[in-house]
Amino acid sequence: MSSEQVIDRLKNALGDKLKGTFAQTALRIYAEADPADIVEVTRVIHNDLGARFVIASGMEMETDFEVLYHFAFENMPPPCPLVTVRVHLDHEKPLVDSITSGVPAAAWIEREMHELLGIEFKNHPNMKPLLLAEDWPKDVHPLRRGRPWEGKVDRKI
Amino acid sequence: MGVTVKALMKSPWVFHVSAGSCNNCDIEILDCLCPRFDIERFGAVLIGSVRHADALIITGAMNRKSALRVRQLYDQAAKPCLVIAIGACALGQGVFRDSYPMVQPLDEVLPPGAVTVYVPGCPPKPEAMIAGVVKALAQLQPAAKPEGAEKEAADVQ
Amino acid sequence: MSSTKPEVTKSIVPIGPFHPLQEEPELFRLHVDGETVVDVDVDIGWNHRGIEKLAEDRTWDQVTFLVERICGICSNSHPLAYVQAVEDCAGGVEVPERALYIRTFVAELERLHSHLLWVGLAGHFLGYNTVFMWGWKYREPVLDIFEELTGNRNHYAMMKPGGVRRDFDESLFPSVHKRLDEVWKQLELIAGAVTDDPVLHARLKGIGVFSKEDAVRYGALGPTSRASGIPADIRHEDPYAAYDRLDWKVITTQNGDVYDKAILRVLESFESIKILRQCMDNMPKGEIDAKMKEVPPGEGIGHAEAPRGETFHYVRSDGTNSPIRHKVRAPTFMNLPTCKATVVGESITDATIILAAIDPCYCCTERLAVVDADSKKALMTGKDLVRLSQEKTSRVRKELGL
Repeated sequence: MSSEQVIDRLKNALGDKLKGTFAQTALRIYAEADPADIVEVTRVIHNDLGARFVIASGMEMETDFEVLYHFAFENMPPPCPLVTVRVHLDHEKPLVDSITSGVPAAAWIEREMHELLGIEFKNHPNMKPLLLAEDWPKDVHPLRRGRPWEGKVDRKI
Repeated sequence: MGVTVKALMKSPWVFHVSAGSCNNCDIEILDCLCPRFDIERFGAVLIGSVRHADALIITGAMNRKSALRVRQLYDQAAKPCLVIAIGACALGQGVFRDSYPMVQPLDEVLPPGAVTVYVPGCPPKPEAMIAGVVKALAQLQPAAKPEGAEKEAADVQ
Repeated sequence: MSSTKPEVTKSIVPIGPFHPLQEEPELFRLHVDGETVVDVDVDIGWNHRGIEKLAEDRTWDQVTFLVERICGICSNSHPLAYVQAVEDCAGGVEVPERALYIRTFVAELERLHSHLLWVGLAGHFLGYNTVFMWGWKYREPVLDIFEELTGNRNHYAMMKPGGVRRDFDESLFPSVHKRLDEVWKQLELIAGAVTDDPVLHARLKGIGVFSKEDAVRYGALGPTSRASGIPADIRHEDPYAAYDRLDWKVITTQNGDVYDKAILRVLESFESIKILRQCMDNMPKGEIDAKMKEVPPGEGIGHAEAPRGETFHYVRSDGTNSPIRHKVRAPTFMNLPTCKATVVGESITDATIILAAIDPCYCCTERLAVVDADSKKALMTGKDLVRLSQEKTSRVRKELGL
C-alpha cells in the first residue's frame, strides 16, 4: 500500500486531530497531534486501523519535550509504511496522558521515558522504575540534555 | 603430559557471574563446555552455587544494579577464591566506560588483588578463555615438578 | 620407585552452567499457589548500560561498534537497523548491490546461529542434553564461517552507514556451501525429532499458548508472534538489504504454543540456509560502500528482523558528526512482558520452557525465582525449575512406555 493511501486512511479516521501529515520518504510518514488528543489518536491508529505499536521515543529539545509514537501498518500488502505521531510537551512540566488504555503495549516504554526523561504519564497503571538501580536519585534523568547525573550520583559503590 | 596431569589433581569448581554484559562472553564461556572445546578435560566443573566455588568467572561492565551482587557473591565464596575476569567489559568496562549506569570496574568492585587472571578480548576466543582458566587453576596447586626432576636435583647435589 | 599415577577425579558433566546471580529473586519472579503459577513479575535493568546516551558522544560511524554490543547473540541486527536509520535520515543513499547481499548474508547467518543456540537451550531445559550439545556443536561451523568471512566468530563489525566494512572472499564460498549442507542435514534430523517424538509433543503441545489477540495487545514480535498466526516479518513488509530479490518465505504457525515456537525456529533455519545459498550464488560484483560523507539534519528510522523479532532504531541529526538522539528498541523489550499471558495459569514444571520460548537473551532465562503467592516466601530458584522441567520429561517418557 502506498503512503498516499495510508495518509488518506489516517485523515479519514482522525480528521484534524492529526496534523501536518506528510511522507518523508515512501515508507516513513510523520504527523503531529495535540497532547490532549493523543489517547484518541493512538487508540484509533492501533485498534481501528489495526496498526502495530512499535515503540515510543522521548527527547528533550531546547524549548520543549517531544514524544514520538511509532506505528507499523502491517495489515496490508507490503511494502508497509511506518507512521510516527509527534507531540510537543511543556519544557518545565512535561506531562501527557498514558496511552495504555488503548495501547497496552506502551506500558513499559512509558515507564522508561518517565525514569530516563522525567516525563509524567497520567493514569499509567504501573508507574514503577524499570531500568535504573534502586538507589539512583529519582530526580536525575540521564537522557535529558547534557550530563544531568554529574555531581548528583556517586559513581562508586 | 606429566606436568599438566599432576597440576590438575583437584577438579576445580567454577561459578559463572555476569554483571551487565552483552552475553557474548557468556555464550563463548558456555561454548567451552561443548564438544569442540570441552573445558572439562582440564578438570574445571561449572557449578550452581557460589558457596563451594574455587573460582569465579566474571563477565560484564559492572552496571550499578549488578555490581553490588558481584561483590556479595565474592564475599559468599569460600576463600581462597580465584577470580577470572573475562572480556573487555570485565577488564576496564570496554565501550561502556563512563556510561551513567556504570560504577567502577570489576577489579575496584572487588578487594585489591582479588582478580587473578584478566582475559582480554571482545569477546575473547574460547581458546583464550581456556588458557586464562588454566593459568588461574595452576595457582590452585603447589607448583608441580616435572617427573624425575626430584631425582635430577638429587643427582646434581 | 612406586607408580606416581595421580588420582584424577572424575568430572561430573554439569547440566548447564546456567546459574549466574541466583541467590535472590531476579528477572522473572513467579508467584505460585501449589504447583500453578498465578502471577509473574518481570524485573529488568541488570544489563542497562546507557547505550542511547553514549551514542550522543560518538560519531555516526563509532555508534555501529557501540550498538553491536547491545546483545552478543544478535550482534548484527542492531548495527544493521542503525545504519539503515542513518541512511533513512540522509535520504537517497544508494547502498551498492554487493553490500546489500553481504548484509543479507551476515543477517541470515546470524539467524541460523541464534536459532541453533536456542534449540540447544530448549533441549537443556527439557532434559534432552544431547540436543543441547548437538545444537551448540553445529553452531561451530556457522561461527567458523563467520570468522573466515568477517574476521570474528562474534561481533563481526560488518555494518557501516552506506555499505559494509569489508568484502567477502568468494574463494571461500564452495567450502561454505559444503558446511551449510552439513548443517541442513542436521536440521533435518532435529526437525524429524521434533515432529516425531511423542515425548516432545506431550511436553510442548498446548503449553504456554499465546493467542493472536494477545500477540496484538502486547505488540509481540518475531517468532513469538508468528507462532500465533501473525505473518509479520520486517524482511517481507519493509524489505531491506537484498530480501526482495531472493526467494524465501515467512514462516507462520497457528497454535501459539511452545511446540509451534520450536518448530517455527527450525523451519526458519532452513529458510536462512536457502537465503545464504542464494546470496553466494548471486553475489553481484562491485563496490561495497556508498562512502557517505555526512548526515544532514533530520530524522531517520531503520528496522530489521532480528532472530527475536523487529529491532528498531530511530536517529535524530542536527547535521553534526554525532546523533543528537538515538532510540534503540530491541525485540525482547516487547516480547518479555508477554510472559504474563503465557506462563500464568501453567505449571511450574513448564515455566522454564515457556519463558525460554520467548527467546530472551539467554542470561535472562535462568534468572528465575519462585515465590509463594500468599506468604511471598521464596521457594525455589531457577535451577530448581530447570530440574523440575527435566524430571517432567522423564516422567512423560515413562508414561509413554519409552
